[in-house]
Amino acid sequence: MRSVLSVLFSVLSLAVLLVPAQGRAAEAFDWQNVKAKARGQTVYWNAWGGSETINDYIAWVGQQVKQRFGVTLRHVKLTDTADAVARVIAEKAAGKTADGSIDLIWINGENFASMKEKGLLFGPFAESLPNFKYVDVENKPTTRNDFTVPTDGLEAPWGMAQFLFMYDTAAIETPPRSIPALLEWARNNPGRFSYPQPPDFLGSTFLKQALIGLTEDRAALQRPVADDADFARVTAPLWPYLDALHPLMWRKGAVLPKNGPALKQLLGDGEVDIALSFHPADASNAIEKGELPDTVRTFVLEGGTIGNTHFVAIPFNARAKEGAMVVANFLMSPEAQARKQDARYWGDSTVLAMDKLPPDARALFEALPRGIATLSPAELGKVLPEPHPSWMTRLEAEWQRRYGQNG
Amino acid sequence: MVKGDGPLLRWAPRLTLLLLLFPIVAGLSGTVLPAFGYLPVLGGERIGLDAWHRLIHWPGVWRAVALSLFSGLAATAVSTLVVVLFTAAWHGRPAFRRFQRLLSPLLSVPHVTVALGMLFLLSPSGWLFRIVSPWLTGWQRPPDLLTVQDGWGLSLVAALAVKEIPYLFLMMLAALNHVPAAHLRVLARSFGYGPVAAWLKGVLPSLYAHLRLPVLAVLVFSTSVVDVSLILGPTRPPTLAVMIMGWFSDPDLSMRFMASAGALLQFALSAVAVALWLGMERLLAHIGRWWIASGHRRFAEKPVSWLSAAAVAASTGLAVAGFLSMAIWSFARSWRFPDLLPARWTADAWIRYGNAGNWVFLNSVGIGLITALIAAILTIACLEYEFRHPRKGGYNGLYVLYLPLLVPQIAFLFGAQMLFVVLTLDGSWLAVIWMHLVFVLPYVFLSLAEAWRRQDRRYSLTAATLGAPPWRVFWRIRLPMMLRPVLIALAVGFAVSMGQYLATVFAGAGRVPTLTTEAVSLAAGGNRRTIGVYALLQAVLPFAVFALAQIVPALLYRRRRAMQVSR
Repeated sequence: MRSVLSVLFSVLSLAVLLVPAQGRAAEAFDWQNVKAKARGQTVYWNAWGGSETINDYIAWVGQQVKQRFGVTLRHVKLTDTADAVARVIAEKAAGKTADGSIDLIWINGENFASMKEKGLLFGPFAESLPNFKYVDVENKPTTRNDFTVPTDGLEAPWGMAQFLFMYDTAAIETPPRSIPALLEWARNNPGRFSYPQPPDFLGSTFLKQALIGLTEDRAALQRPVADDADFARVTAPLWPYLDALHPLMWRKGAVLPKNGPALKQLLGDGEVDIALSFHPADASNAIEKGELPDTVRTFVLEGGTIGNTHFVAIPFNARAKEGAMVVANFLMSPEAQARKQDARYWGDSTVLAMDKLPPDARALFEALPRGIATLSPAELGKVLPEPHPSWMTRLEAEWQRRYGQNG
Repeated sequence: MVKGDGPLLRWAPRLTLLLLLFPIVAGLSGTVLPAFGYLPVLGGERIGLDAWHRLIHWPGVWRAVALSLFSGLAATAVSTLVVVLFTAAWHGRPAFRRFQRLLSPLLSVPHVTVALGMLFLLSPSGWLFRIVSPWLTGWQRPPDLLTVQDGWGLSLVAALAVKEIPYLFLMMLAALNHVPAAHLRVLARSFGYGPVAAWLKGVLPSLYAHLRLPVLAVLVFSTSVVDVSLILGPTRPPTLAVMIMGWFSDPDLSMRFMASAGALLQFALSAVAVALWLGMERLLAHIGRWWIASGHRRFAEKPVSWLSAAAVAASTGLAVAGFLSMAIWSFARSWRFPDLLPARWTADAWIRYGNAGNWVFLNSVGIGLITALIAAILTIACLEYEFRHPRKGGYNGLYVLYLPLLVPQIAFLFGAQMLFVVLTLDGSWLAVIWMHLVFVLPYVFLSLAEAWRRQDRRYSLTAATLGAPPWRVFWRIRLPMMLRPVLIALAVGFAVSMGQYLATVFAGAGRVPTLTTEAVSLAAGGNRRTIGVYALLQAVLPFAVFALAQIVPALLYRRRRAMQVSR
């Protein structure tokens, strides 16, 4: 076994050397040529499959790319994006440097940082895609900086997310609009708030948002964690806050919901009054489908909330790289982006700049109805940048150390 | 007779073992190496104990170990106890046969569906609380009570017991064929023993040996289950298996080493649970011997009868109500506390499924049927070999067949995934079928072996004396006579294949979605409407196959009275 693995290892080292070379070749691709090669390919897109709304949107994308470009799209529904990362690693471990099983991954943050660092991605390709010219790289800097890590063209921006709260107006008149106010509210309404258990990304985002609201040194969050002392200093106010909050939460904090949709279900069941989301139109969409009562509205914090961009990337060993690029390019097209922003279909904000679009494309966006519980761009307020991924990793570890076991 | 054996028959036992053991052994080694630091692609080239060091200092890991041990042992003890006492009190009485008839529908409901159904039944915003709210409790909003996902894992234990009781009952039925139960009991009764005491003292001691392996399989499964614990288990910390799954899917890839070490710890944990169980068995046997010798004629006869019947009724009721609630959810538009039924209905979830689900449906059915068929062919070949060479042993070696049920899945599936990648089989139907076969074969074998071994040899002998060669005797006499058990075994295999989650995910590379993988990935998203659709299909398909297995022989043999089921 050992000798087999070392043979594999030498094959792998060779493969690692080859990856950047492939990347350079891809920089100057000829789009017509890519489209021609893409025709007839099957693209296996590994994307989180926990939301019916999003699955339906992806199914629509599948129909479109089939009709327009002859690309067959298969949605591989993941429970966790890291499963796809694990798969690429397993393939690399087994020396499978071509014909991998994944062609496209929905990705951002830690997973991207991890894959980029390990050289598991194909590219750069993203900024050479024809539709990239519409992307709002100036006003939406997160389209090129994924959790402060430069994307370097290894992933193509797909949508914008902003952290926000959903609340039931049947139970709450004036929602708490700051992190300290949330604790105060929980004191008066024990058992009616919770957040998904880290390392779920929404739960971890709540930790980051709370940290931004409490820390003395916000600027520190934009650089990597320097050392233990640095981490302890910057996060010092967060832990007493959580110590105070947990006993006031749903189930006295003994159990935390698994993820965002589970928390949303609790709001629908009337078990909590405040839930969290990463999509401004999430609440409207859920009301439309009967999942949430129509008394639910949304709010953001004074001083703004964290926002980020989510992307699609292509693994280094993808089989249908051309097909994947055609799909990634279609995802950035005004038509696909406008449908995605439509709360009836998904309600995920666009990555495109309105002033870069031709008039007829801009009209698509202007015609979109806004959902009953969706805030206007002005109400959504300031978008705060994500901290460097090292903060998230450390926060999750420290959370696990302190709260991983109850009592 | 040896001349009549074709190559398939001669090689069947060895081929079966190879197919079964290869993925497990390769998978385990693929877990052991990274656990000790060797996985070059992640920069692990030195053998060492770093992963173990990290593992034993991970916050909450020992609580998780304790929780897994407790919930696994408790679930196994509860379900075994219920089944044994129920059989003791009711065997040979109408209630026993009534429960027997409920078995196949109960066995068709997958674990995930039971867990989701119970989550909805028992949570403070769930059905049971709605029945009494607000008229009795005054609750307009659900109370903040820890009824599910409790820190001791009691709700987890309950769900596992609900699912394991029908399974152990099925195994009990098989075990009852091994001992002259009715005879022994009548004998004990004639000495003045009460029915329960007569069964416990007269039948159980010789019967338990045949129940042991299934009970241990339940124990290993319960200590290492992932999907049910994800839904009903506590979270701070979760059970060890859930923790390990989290590490395997952590974006920080260096966690893989610790995950592999954790998988081995899980292996050890299940082994310790088995050792504890066997120790407890010995202790009980000692006490039992003393008790038998004491000559007490009664064993709380009435309370045991009623309590065991109540426990069986409650577990059946929970499974049925949970399933029903998921069925209703699949048609619900808005269904809020404290409404007993949805306020608004819709078929959206079903329509959406109809638009998108065909591929998944066909995968599930195709893989289930092919796997069950291969398993049945291999099983029949092994049994036929054994039938023709009764003294050659061979089937003792086949006890290894139980191995897949006695090794926690999580301990070898990551390694097995690597194996499939090396063979460039990953993500193919072949890989999924092979992986399913590892878990399906033992059940098919268990289900069929009894009937095959108890066939009346005189029919075959008669045919042989009339000059029929062995293959002809097999095709014309034995197989037709065995049609019913063969079809039931196929149905069991199909149901087991339908329920596979981890095996499908690891071998299928996510490219072979089935109803079960879709249901679990949707369970992560929490939309009960869609989960309801998948849960329903997941249960209805095996049930339909079970029903076919009953109907086909009844139709084929409607003119042959001796081959009909006796009532």
